[in-house]
Amino acid sequence: MKIAQIKELLNAEVICGEDLEREVYSACGSDMMSDVLAYVKDQAVLLTGLVNPQVVRTAEMMDMLCIVFVRSKTPTQEMIELASCSGMVLMKTDKRMYEACGKLYAHGLCGNGEVR
Amino acid sequence: MTEAVRFHFSVDGDDFSSAGQASVQVKKSLRQLGISPETIRRVSVAMYEGEINMVIHAGGGYADVLVFEDHIEIQLVDQGPGIADIELAMQEGFSTAPDNIRSLGFGAGMGLPNMKRYTDSMEIESKLGEGTKITMRVNL
Repeated sequence: MKIAQIKELLNAEVICGEDLEREVYSACGSDMMSDVLAYVKDQAVLLTGLVNPQVVRTAEMMDMLCIVFVRSKTPTQEMIELASCSGMVLMKTDKRMYEACGKLYAHGLCGNGEVR
Repeated sequence: MTEAVRFHFSVDGDDFSSAGQASVQVKKSLRQLGISPETIRRVSVAMYEGEINMVIHAGGGYADVLVFEDHIEIQLVDQGPGIADIELAMQEGFSTAPDNIRSLGFGAGMGLPNMKRYTDSMEIESKLGEGTKITMRVNL
């Protein structure tokens, strides 16, 4: 799924990052960063309601391409700068975690790279 | 064997929001050395969890990454309180982190298990009241 499609499905607002044509192959919805570090596969998108710089660092460690903040959470300037340095796309949506994950899953974006 | 490339970092124990800076730097340096992305991710995630642990539990410490011809070694050394029961600490879900750390997305009891998961070997030497040394190895 292209990042642009995620933006559309979640009616999300792009905060930083320009390349919305990149493909993501899996997604992870979590507020626990260690769970993200344990299970996520390549080229993923992270959905989270957590806002602190470690969210961006965690995503960077996992080579993730995009972070979607749910419940209209807004990243800080420090987070935006960190994400910009690594070319990551940050978006926010007013949807809640369950609904945001459900919409992406229903449109074919799987959890850990499995094919449905 | 040719001499290893060494990266040395001091991990600041006072500032949770800056934790992970050394791991980000390691990631960049390993990329410049032409190491494969999968290996870089394993090294940087293991080191990142270690860095976070040092900040949460030990008031900071030192991290060294040595790149050899056939493997990468990560050494994490702190002078924190030490680990009372290493076997227990290795169990997924066991954590002694305070609640404020959980609200920041860590302290789920996954740090040490993740470090083991991403490396080919991991040794923990720890003495109560003196500190902890963790040595991890990722084969190339």
